[in-house]
Amino acid sequence: MKSRLMLAVASTLFFVAAQAGEVTVAVAANFTAPMQHIAKAFEQDTGHKAQLAFGATGKFYAQIKNGAPFAVLLAADDETPARLEKEGLAIASTRFTYATGRLALWSKSPNLVDDKGEVLRNNNLNKIGIQKIALADPKLAPYGRAAMEVIHKLGVQDNVVPKLVQGESIGQTYQFVSTENAQLGFVALSQISVDERITQGSAWVVPQSMHAPLKQDAVLLKVGKDNAAAHALLKYLQGDTAKAIITRYGYAL
Amino acid sequence: MHLSVEDFQAIALTLQLASVTTVLLLLLATPVAWWLAHTHSAWRTPVASLVALPLVLPPTVLGFYLLVALGPNGPIGQFTQWAGWGTLAFSFWGLVLGSVVYSLPFAVQPLVNAFEAMGSRPMEVAATLRASKWDAFFTVAVPLAKPGFVMAAMLSFAHTVGEFGVVLMIGGNIPDKTRVVSTQIYGHVEAMAYSQAHGLAGVMLVFSFVVLLGLSWFNRSAQQRKKVSA
Repeated sequence: MKSRLMLAVASTLFFVAAQAGEVTVAVAANFTAPMQHIAKAFEQDTGHKAQLAFGATGKFYAQIKNGAPFAVLLAADDETPARLEKEGLAIASTRFTYATGRLALWSKSPNLVDDKGEVLRNNNLNKIGIQKIALADPKLAPYGRAAMEVIHKLGVQDNVVPKLVQGESIGQTYQFVSTENAQLGFVALSQISVDERITQGSAWVVPQSMHAPLKQDAVLLKVGKDNAAAHALLKYLQGDTAKAIITRYGYAL
Repeated sequence: MHLSVEDFQAIALTLQLASVTTVLLLLLATPVAWWLAHTHSAWRTPVASLVALPLVLPPTVLGFYLLVALGPNGPIGQFTQWAGWGTLAFSFWGLVLGSVVYSLPFAVQPLVNAFEAMGSRPMEVAATLRASKWDAFFTVAVPLAKPGFVMAAMLSFAHTVGEFGVVLMIGGNIPDKTRVVSTQIYGHVEAMAYSQAHGLAGVMLVFSFVVLLGLSWFNRSAQQRKKVSA
């Protein structure tokens, strides 16, 4: 009985090993932590290995256009995957939204940010110690664009715009606020929360109704067309295990 | 090739930053280089290595340390707040500080070489002629080390113009205040505005080539003059 079980296990292992493939994935920098987590689970559950490269979506676009060997792109927006598809560099009808980003107004100081963002309406921000407000460059980063929308929706441009400093990415924007060179900043909820709790300082989680959704789309690239591991990963990202990890890190689905 | 108003702003700001940095660097690097060229102190090697650090450290490391140091809880930030200047990150003077650190070895090294090549003889002769130390420095050492000063100035200027990583990390990309040519090009590339990126990148390429060409010419003619006078 025991040996038969062993045989079953061994043959399963052999089967998995024979099938195990490798997929190289370009991952948006803001999705670094959850993707490392997902890749580990993916490897355990399927035997396939995911090689992850993290970076800015714009840079990945340029690299993919110039022959980079990525099989899958997990972008920080929904425009880049669509553009790649239109240009014939991605496989049609493989696109889907794997996560939706949440924007947060954050400060390292406790009690500075209220839970409605009213702090931005203060007509004398200097007086409460706010000299700089950080956001990601609206021209480059979807989170920056969303932050700009929120500022306009609140009608606080006059207060806020003279104080804005721009990070080239949401990662750099986080640095500016976390080193307190900027006292306030619009960052990704995923950067400041674990299991739905803000880890330090104070934050306003911006309602999604206040800006266009921060859809992050995945797409299968031409390089990965016949790669079984790439197909498996895209399927895995839409499964329950991945979804649970994604929401834990502060993304909506 | 068409450059936008913002491109021209970035060019003007870059030239301003490089000019201020170069002047400050020459003031700062001259005494440091003089000391390095003449001292027999045990501190010489550690200080020389410290000055050379920006050559080998990636700009992200420099930028990160600067960002932390300039912040309200960092040592520089605490000093500037105490002095009533606020914090320097995201300001022109913050960039100047970063550029001075970043380009320091490019100012110090040519000066050390020039002072060492000069030897101690000219200053000794000046001293026997009863020139004061300061007098001898300005009337003897500086003219003799002129090629070193020119080279230090040109290298500092060009290197600051080409600075990217440090500015990106402590600048905050504010138009007309901290957005220099290199970060403007980066923005164009990232926004996939390749034709605009080409315009500005072309300007940068030509500028850098011309500076290096000028340096080589200057070096050759300085050496020839030396041969003739010798």
